[in-house]
Amino acid sequence: MQNPLVHWSFAIPEIWILVMACVVLLVDLFWGQKQRDLGFWLSIFCLTGAMVLSAAEMGKAGSAFYGQLLMDRFTNTADLAVELLGLLVLFYSRGYLMLRGLYRGEVLALLLFGTLGAMVMISGGNLLSLYLGLELLALSQYALVAIYRDQLRATEAGLKYFILGALASGLLLYGMSLLYGLTGSLGIGKIGMALSDASPDNYVLIVALVFVVAGVAFKLGAAPFHMWLPDAYQGAPTPVTLFMASAPKIAAFALAVRLLAEAGSSAMAIWQQLFVALAVLSMLIGNVVAIAQTNLKRMLAYSTVSNIGFLALGIVAGSQNGLASALFYVVVYALMATAGFGMIVYLSREGFEAEEISDFRGLVQQRPWTAFLLLLIMFSLAGVPPTVGFYAKVAVFQALVQAGFVWLAVFGVLMAVVGAFYYLRVLKVAFFDPPPEGARTSGGDPLAGITLTVNSLALLVLGIVPAPLMTFCFHALQEVM
Amino acid sequence: MTTVLFYVFSAILLGSAVLVITARNPVYSALYLVLAFFSAAALFLLLGAEFLGLILILVYVGAVMVLFLFVVMMLDINLARLREGFLRYLPLGLAVALVGVLELSAVFWTAPLGRLTAPAGSLSHGTSNTRALGTLLYTHYLYPFEIAATILLVAIIAAIALTLRRRPETRTQAIGEQLAVQVRDRLRMVDLRESGK
Repeated sequence: MQNPLVHWSFAIPEIWILVMACVVLLVDLFWGQKQRDLGFWLSIFCLTGAMVLSAAEMGKAGSAFYGQLLMDRFTNTADLAVELLGLLVLFYSRGYLMLRGLYRGEVLALLLFGTLGAMVMISGGNLLSLYLGLELLALSQYALVAIYRDQLRATEAGLKYFILGALASGLLLYGMSLLYGLTGSLGIGKIGMALSDASPDNYVLIVALVFVVAGVAFKLGAAPFHMWLPDAYQGAPTPVTLFMASAPKIAAFALAVRLLAEAGSSAMAIWQQLFVALAVLSMLIGNVVAIAQTNLKRMLAYSTVSNIGFLALGIVAGSQNGLASALFYVVVYALMATAGFGMIVYLSREGFEAEEISDFRGLVQQRPWTAFLLLLIMFSLAGVPPTVGFYAKVAVFQALVQAGFVWLAVFGVLMAVVGAFYYLRVLKVAFFDPPPEGARTSGGDPLAGITLTVNSLALLVLGIVPAPLMTFCFHALQEVM
Repeated sequence: MTTVLFYVFSAILLGSAVLVITARNPVYSALYLVLAFFSAAALFLLLGAEFLGLILILVYVGAVMVLFLFVVMMLDINLARLREGFLRYLPLGLAVALVGVLELSAVFWTAPLGRLTAPAGSLSHGTSNTRALGTLLYTHYLYPFEIAATILLVAIIAAIALTLRRRPETRTQAIGEQLAVQVRDRLRMVDLRESGK
């Protein structure tokens, strides 16, 4: 019998985060009343350490725990991205949480556990570990959405998210159980081999993949499974929204890669059609409904739906090129989403949430630098050239045209033009509308401000030199296909 | 001997199951359900599935039913109102039961009975199935097992973070302060002779 701990070192980043999350909890229990910041800096230390540990595993390949944990370049790249996004979320949220009495060890620990769940999903090589990672991430998110429990909207959003999330988990599990029934194995590699000679009109396989794709689409937030997204994003405290829009999207993309591109690679004809439908609906609903929003958080939620549509285009292409551009897209999107929601966090003060678009009136006259950063974020979301959002869209469209879906690429470009309207409207309000009566106090958490500056400038810098990140993503998918 | 025991436990199981739904007092119903669980556990033990039997007692009798009893005792359930619509819903209930019976008989008719009655492979090769399950769980499935434990931890944290409220106005014992109390905090020595003079 093989020693189960042979390659346990592949799990070192995960083990580190688990241990440190428990340490944060205990430290908060004993010293939390007096030293609020201790848990915060410990969490920062935890994620920074995890990044170092993940980087140290770079280039290694193999599996641990009887194939339940896969270590390859994809795992590594996505892990690093998730840890970096977790760090960003922490830096953004300190001031916001403090002002609202939410600066507690549980919130930090739940964020760390959520990150851990995302990492387990990314490295999952087995239906069991994929599902358990998903639940770990989802449970942390349900609790975080409702953590501001004195606000009716937050608890309502938490409950809605919880019920719909449970339903989606059920769908995914049903699909997984059918896959298990078809192939007799839980391992991703073995399922892939068993399916390699399956005929494309095997009805059980079709039903199984429909359920799996529905579950993945729900976790991504693709239309028509996006119903939970606007309410959950708007109701949750903004730092939590920030978290939900970033790391879990990468994890959900990893779920799609593992379940569909690796396990179901021979059934690509089936899930490709499903993703075409998801992409078209998401781009249409996301972009059109976002025009009607007056609340920035809700608008960004619909923008998430539309961006997931563009991400789905990369999955449709299916080739290594397509998946690499999809990985590039989801990483870039996560950076844009953190910057967008980070802006709301930064401009919020005690008793005031800068979440209505009208709250940004005349921003340029009061805070020219912040307004410039807003310009960068919105340009990037709209896909305007010098920013990285442009390259993300171009890469996806290019892969799509290569795979022969020209009409879909044309539709995507049209939808991107529609989307540009509502992003630019925010800029119109911020730059050309007169500021409201009673100027803003010059507040804003300095830590969030620095993070926002770095994050937004990164969108510009990555837009000017996109090549390193692009090659990084391309190499990540090399072993997968 | 085993056959006799099987019939005895089955009879108790069926009898208590019927009593669960006919008992007038909900507390009795819950207690009959406990008895039903015990008999089912005994049947599992007779089959050689001792792990399943023990878990049934530990989890269902020990935890779930105690919780159930608490709820039943705390809530003032008006049984008369619960039974009001009995006759009205009887036809629907009978129809559902009929469908169930038909489905079961269809299964027994079409499936070869031998496959249903024979045990699914011999379980015992000298090792207990608790041991076999443990060996598998702590070696092959160690990783998912640990993640499941983490999920439970998150569930505990989430439940406490979302529901625990410290209310300063309620009068609760501060046990730490009570234990840390010193003699001089509570007891004042007064010299009575001095004051009496």
